[in-house]
Amino acid sequence: MQTARIRPAAYYRTLTRNLVLFVVVISLLPLFLTGAIILHQFKQAYQTKVEENLEVLLNKHRRTIDAFLIDRLADIRVLARSYTVPELQDPAFLKAKLGLLREEYNGVYVDLGLVDAKGAQVAYAGPYNLAGANYSTAQWFRQASKSEHFVSNVFAGLRGSPHFIVAAKKRYQGRDWLLKATIDFESFNALVENIRIGETGFAFILNRQSEFQTKPRQEVILASGAWRQLLQEPLDPGRVTIVERPDSLGQAMIYAAAPLKKGQWIICAQQEVSDAFVHLVQAQRAAIAIFVIGGLLIVVATLILARRLVRRIAEADEQKESMNEKMIEAGRLASIGELAAGIAHEINNPVAIMVEEAGWIEDLMSDEGPMSEETLSEIQRAVQQIQEQGERCKQITHKLLSFARKTDPTIKPVDINGLVGEVLGLVGQKSRYAGVKLTTALDKDLPRVAASPSELQQVLLNLVNNAVDAISSEGGTVKVTTSLENGAVRMSVSDTGIGIADANLARIFDPFYTTKPVGQGTGLGLSICYGIINKLGGEITVTSAKGKGSTFTVILPARQDSNPATTGAPRAGQA
Amino acid sequence: MSGQGAERLKVLLVDDELGYLEVLNKRMSKRNLEVTPVSSGTEAVRQAREQSFDVAVVDLKMEDMDGIEVLKVLKMMDPNLAVIILTGHGSEQAAREGMALGAFDYLTKPCELGDLLTRIYASQER
Repeated sequence: MQTARIRPAAYYRTLTRNLVLFVVVISLLPLFLTGAIILHQFKQAYQTKVEENLEVLLNKHRRTIDAFLIDRLADIRVLARSYTVPELQDPAFLKAKLGLLREEYNGVYVDLGLVDAKGAQVAYAGPYNLAGANYSTAQWFRQASKSEHFVSNVFAGLRGSPHFIVAAKKRYQGRDWLLKATIDFESFNALVENIRIGETGFAFILNRQSEFQTKPRQEVILASGAWRQLLQEPLDPGRVTIVERPDSLGQAMIYAAAPLKKGQWIICAQQEVSDAFVHLVQAQRAAIAIFVIGGLLIVVATLILARRLVRRIAEADEQKESMNEKMIEAGRLASIGELAAGIAHEINNPVAIMVEEAGWIEDLMSDEGPMSEETLSEIQRAVQQIQEQGERCKQITHKLLSFARKTDPTIKPVDINGLVGEVLGLVGQKSRYAGVKLTTALDKDLPRVAASPSELQQVLLNLVNNAVDAISSEGGTVKVTTSLENGAVRMSVSDTGIGIADANLARIFDPFYTTKPVGQGTGLGLSICYGIINKLGGEITVTSAKGKGSTFTVILPARQDSNPATTGAPRAGQA
Repeated sequence: MSGQGAERLKVLLVDDELGYLEVLNKRMSKRNLEVTPVSSGTEAVRQAREQSFDVAVVDLKMEDMDGIEVLKVLKMMDPNLAVIILTGHGSEQAAREGMALGAFDYLTKPCELGDLLTRIYASQER
């Protein structure tokens, strides 16, 4: 019986889902935004820090390497200036000076040699047999001859192993000489090779022709990608250029370059981004993990709470529905109670006639002497009268029972005009004695509405009862009108009664609010009407003028598939 | 029955239920009462204006004129007239209201004829 009106399970599922979505979004969105902003800021700060570290590191080593080269050049220049060519031409003298230098600088110097203006090495001290070697065609010799001092690129030369030369020009007795020293490649290479940046970072030196001046690195691809682009750019001598690009394998890398040796060489460094930002990535992962775990906890907690809440709402709805049912039933009984007095009068009259007719038969039969034909005929009339009055009682009780039995709240198509007829039949006696004329103006083409017939009957009975009660002893009219307006069924009950004061109008549908004398009204009738009509998706309104009467209007949606209900009711008439 | 004398009591019987009016008239007449049956309050007032009655038995609920209204008019016309109210209404409140306005007694329908006659005669012994 209750199922037709309790909200479907889908409603509560939707409510749960919406509740969960709302709470989750409201909870997680700020968390997500805060987390994202903090991570972004942290990434920016971390990136700046990584770049600054790289810049500091590269600048430091640039200065170290530049200082190394200047120092070596200074050593040779001091030798060239301090001694005469005859002294420097002496191999034993050169060997002694080489020994001193090797001792002082831990084997950085490989050899020393004096070369004349034609490129012939006139003196040599060192591990190789290079005395008398001719450098006239060597590129370093041609370049060194043009300046006072010179540091060459790394090259293999006559000895076939990588090295570079530091040379200083010496003018002696009108002729130019070059004092040259070979720098140990391993010692120079160690200056760069030992630079470690994180787990994957390293450094190396290139000249402007992109030739390695330190040991070549296989993982460095110079011919393409970021390095090629970077080496083509004019590098700012005062600063370190840093770019972040993927390498040819798609691995994100950080590339840094800074010029040294007056821009002839470039110190380069590269590192995998994942290595450079390892702590950032760890922080990101931790933040994401916290967000995901926190989010899951919020979702689970919200789900549990929403389910509990919705279960409570469903229980409350059930209780409310049950109370509504009870209230409607109570209102129904109250309506019947209000009719009871009139109905009692209607039944008591035929019963009184039956009792008196029976008494009359008894009177006739108790007469002494033979029963005349006239007496027999009178007895027959009395018996027929008893039968007629019995039939009258039956009709009244049937009418009453038809109302009392209708307690099914199931929604079904209802013919409102038919309902009007039934209800006016019930209140006919009451209105007659109250001097109230009941009239109707019914639209015979009225479509049916979806409602519980018993509940709708109760609404109409309440409205008509109230309308009759509102009319004073001078009498008046109650008119029930039905019509179809804008696709909705409109039913109004108008009376010519005392009307409702403006102050009461606003509270008229409140429960337990009544203007009737104590004991005559429960204050539930209109509240129940409101509840029933509201539940059916309809509307109930009232207009009233003090001293002129009131009109209660019920508007209900017409059933789309409904055919007009032909009730045979008059379009306008008197009930 | 007490009070039964040679002179018949004149009773005005007012009820809009014609069947009841007819049979009650017959039974009361058979019991030596001079009954004037009328089916409306207006007719009752007209009859009371034309002749005097000892007792009026008035139905409470009538379409044209309420029994209480009839009671008021009859008592106004003849304060000594004994009025007995008959009511088929479930509530006895109106009948008690009638008592307050000077009715002798009230009975609820259906009632025993004996009870009605007892009250009619009792009203004449005041």
